[in-house]
Amino acid sequence: MSLSQPAPSAEEIREIVASQLHLEGPLLPIFHALQDAFGCVPEGALPVIADALNITRAEVHGVMSFYHDFREVPAGRHVVKICRAEACQAVGADALAARTLEKLGTEWHGTTANGAVTIEPVYCLGLCACGPAAMVDNKVVGRVDDAKMAKLLAEAGA
Amino acid sequence: MKIYVPLDSAAKALGADEVAGAIAAEAAARGMDVQVIRNGTRGMIWLEPLVEVDQDGTRVGYGPVSVEDVPALLDGKLASLGPVEDIPFLAKQTRLTFARVGVIDPLDLADYEAHGGLAGLRRAIAMTGAEIVKEVTDSGLRGRGGAGFPTGIKWNTVLGAEADQKYIVCNADEGDSGTFADRMVMEGDPFCLIEGMAIAGLGVGATKGYVYLRSEYPDAIAVMEEAVRRARAAGVLGADVLGSGKGFDMEIRVGAGAYVCGEETSLLNSLEGKRGIVRAKPPLPALEGFLGKPTVVNNVLSLATVPVIFEKGAAHYAGFGLGRSKGTMPIQIAGNVKFGGLFETAFGMPLGTLVNEVAGGTASGRPVKAVQVGGPLGAYLHPDQFDTPFGYEEFDQAGGLIGHAGVVIFDDSADMLKMARFAMEFCAVESCGKCTPCRIGAVRGVETIDRIAEGDAGAIPLLTDLCETMKDGSLCALGGFTPFPVMSALTHFPDDFARQKEAAE
Repeated sequence: MSLSQPAPSAEEIREIVASQLHLEGPLLPIFHALQDAFGCVPEGALPVIADALNITRAEVHGVMSFYHDFREVPAGRHVVKICRAEACQAVGADALAARTLEKLGTEWHGTTANGAVTIEPVYCLGLCACGPAAMVDNKVVGRVDDAKMAKLLAEAGA
Repeated sequence: MKIYVPLDSAAKALGADEVAGAIAAEAAARGMDVQVIRNGTRGMIWLEPLVEVDQDGTRVGYGPVSVEDVPALLDGKLASLGPVEDIPFLAKQTRLTFARVGVIDPLDLADYEAHGGLAGLRRAIAMTGAEIVKEVTDSGLRGRGGAGFPTGIKWNTVLGAEADQKYIVCNADEGDSGTFADRMVMEGDPFCLIEGMAIAGLGVGATKGYVYLRSEYPDAIAVMEEAVRRARAAGVLGADVLGSGKGFDMEIRVGAGAYVCGEETSLLNSLEGKRGIVRAKPPLPALEGFLGKPTVVNNVLSLATVPVIFEKGAAHYAGFGLGRSKGTMPIQIAGNVKFGGLFETAFGMPLGTLVNEVAGGTASGRPVKAVQVGGPLGAYLHPDQFDTPFGYEEFDQAGGLIGHAGVVIFDDSADMLKMARFAMEFCAVESCGKCTPCRIGAVRGVETIDRIAEGDAGAIPLLTDLCETMKDGSLCALGGFTPFPVMSALTHFPDDFARQKEAAE
């Protein structure tokens, strides 16, 4: 997911798209596969997908932009998601998030200046009995306080 | 020696992986013969990581265990919680859907069978489709996703539909805050969900199933995908389910961060590769669902409850519960809570008993101010309403809903105006955009609550009116139910809406 990766080639994109075409309703799996490979759904993929599925580019863009998960550009090297949902709010997640954003000098969805960490809100990780909850890339963390958050951010290189 | 360390996300989030690693390393260093088994969670989250040591067939619990505790644990010197099954929180439960969760190794099919797994499917194989559907109808099972629609009636519609292809779609888009039961089943007893879907497939004549699983649950995705592979390899899934001559197979599909896809019609659109926009009903998904074919769309808990109904019989299941709320409900207790976790019990327990006795009140030790039941679209209930029994109709009469049975506890530091504003803000972020009351109403709702916060009491009737419009005019529960948290906050906690005015003056 490094920012400095070269742009994926048309061949690479076509291969990934083709690998999902046997599925019923392949569009979301295609987006996921592209994002797993490139850290985002590259703009150059949209016409390839449109062609493969026989739908318009506008439709492909419409679907992609509907979902919070899909990115037009890669995130930072690590993505830290902080839960904003009610159960975590009940144990102080709002204040934790506000202090974290302030410390990093970024807004929600922003990336630290060194490109290490992107901070995103998430609405429930299913860790509602051990909040405030967070997720660093795919690793879940419960009962996050300032000290734990500082450690997570340090490990992520923020 | 067998030592159990949960692999459940909540346990991992509190350090279970590190503890499991430390036990294995320490045991190896000592030359001890220790088998570390990664089970699901028992659902007592305040004790996680809850390590269990098998002592002559009795599983003795220790928790919460940290990496530093591991040497003492292996020395036998760590203070224990006693036999896990005797811990009051667990002993008081009636576990039907969750009978195996936390007990077995989730990915060990033999362990699953040894604990009653596949008995239901084997019984269903010997039945006709109509008999299978009747068994579910007789059990009184109602959709556990929130709407509480009788599962048997839904299945019967799909059974009666003529089509070359039918589908079973499992709604595992568990986006409601305060709920984690679906995740616990998928991580702790995935074969149970697979078995339930296979029975549904045999019942209605569907040969293909999908689990639409939210991307926020990477651990559940990994466990489910592996479980499907193993079930296929063992012949539980495939062209010849357990030698029955009937076929059923399934796939795990990953969502993409849209809350509204928990609504069944937008889920189907998403599964088809479209924007997750709500469809107007009719046509019902039971007649025109995935790719326009007859489709059963059921929640994880509904489908995971099916095996026990077939294993023990419809009458056994229907013997639990209250009125038209039959069976048990896995209640998830969360938020600012002393003993948070999963509590499966027959319908009928008063809310106050759950909150004050079972859950032990708040973690902060401060008084309980409000309890939100049913996720972000559920009402905030006041302690004055704590005598409400946990049941679909009973909550409806109290102006709330049980939804997916998430119970989120707030202490007296909660600002209910802020929570009402959050409900509108969430609806605005997550609205699919199809209908105006939801798409625009939620944005106006945030603005109106901000006016109230600035001391404009005249905006209160406007908010009430807006909520009426959203409730009556929205296509689905997102816009239609957002008024529940907003209006319940306003009605039961008027001081929070008035205090703001004084503060502004």
